[in-house]
Amino acid sequence: MLNYIWAAFILIGIIYAVVTGNVEGLTNGALDASVEAVHLGIRMLGILCMWTGLMKIAEKSGLIEALSKKMTPAVLWLFPRLSRDSEAIPHISTNFIANILGLGWAATPPGLKAMEELQKINSDKTRASREMCMFLIVNLSSLQLVTINIIAFRAQYHSANPSEIIAPGILATLVSTVIAITFAKIMEKISTRREGGLV
Amino acid sequence: MILFFSNIMIPMLFVIIIAYGLLRRVKVYDVFVEGAKDGFATIFNIMPTFIGLMLSIGILRVSGALDAFTRLIAPLIAPTGFPEDAVPLTLMRTVSSSAATGLLLDVYGTHGPDSFVGRFVSVMMSSTETIFYTLSLYFLAVKITKTRYTLAGALLANLVGVIASLLITEWIFGR
Repeated sequence: MLNYIWAAFILIGIIYAVVTGNVEGLTNGALDASVEAVHLGIRMLGILCMWTGLMKIAEKSGLIEALSKKMTPAVLWLFPRLSRDSEAIPHISTNFIANILGLGWAATPPGLKAMEELQKINSDKTRASREMCMFLIVNLSSLQLVTINIIAFRAQYHSANPSEIIAPGILATLVSTVIAITFAKIMEKISTRREGGLV
Repeated sequence: MILFFSNIMIPMLFVIIIAYGLLRRVKVYDVFVEGAKDGFATIFNIMPTFIGLMLSIGILRVSGALDAFTRLIAPLIAPTGFPEDAVPLTLMRTVSSSAATGLLLDVYGTHGPDSFVGRFVSVMMSSTETIFYTLSLYFLAVKITKTRYTLAGALLANLVGVIASLLITEWIFGR
């Protein structure tokens, strides 16, 4: 996917510039952009290392695990058909916590494990179970509380207060997550009625 | 109040995480340094990606094609109050996280991160996800082909995230 987007951007750009007679800026634009990427990477380096360092403490001290355990009642409310000792629950909790803390790279492995566990108890292996639908919809509604990358980018572009967007971001995330859960719950009701409670 | 919360969020995380670490007798500084190394590795791994993306978006920008696209859809978007310059980014956000990052930086570069559109895209990026990529990754992993209402739900959540970001940014920072 990204291959096509990448190629399309460059080709559309060059063709458009040639057609509109605006070629002289292209070479400089390309060179500037690649240099800017390096500047940005260096700035990001400090902020990201600060974040991964802090998160390592949270991980090693067992804080992330403790938070995941605290999530269990919420997870059971979202997935009422899962039993309390279901193998899927710890993976779902860890995935949610990692997403909340903005650890995208740490969220994917437990997320995939959660899907595997949900697939094991799925009656039709080609069709998403209601638990999978709920899990993915909640996941994709964005759960992230602190978007450290965005703050780093804002700092690089000389924002007067790079972190001022944290609280508005949390509010917006909350709204989209509540709507996502409501939607998934309504769809569950509708499909139960339609299919006699089988799925 | 809301701004105060924004400003206190990261220091608060520092206090909670370090205090909890000390309580659990973790060698906090050593572990911090160990974790910071991961950050180093991450940045060096994404640098080439970054250069590639900024390059393609840089070309799209200097050619005038991005502006032309924005001008083209402006009449459709203007009545809704949605900032036109955020349209390419909002569309790309659902498809590719890295391409969206490139466009985000383009908005920061052109308008500044503290402009209305700069603040809006910052909030919007925090409350939306790369739905198409993530959905296919997760469903492919377990070979599910009938995805039922997940795409509709994800698209709805995304749309709500975008609208909420716009209204909240307007409400908190003004236009």
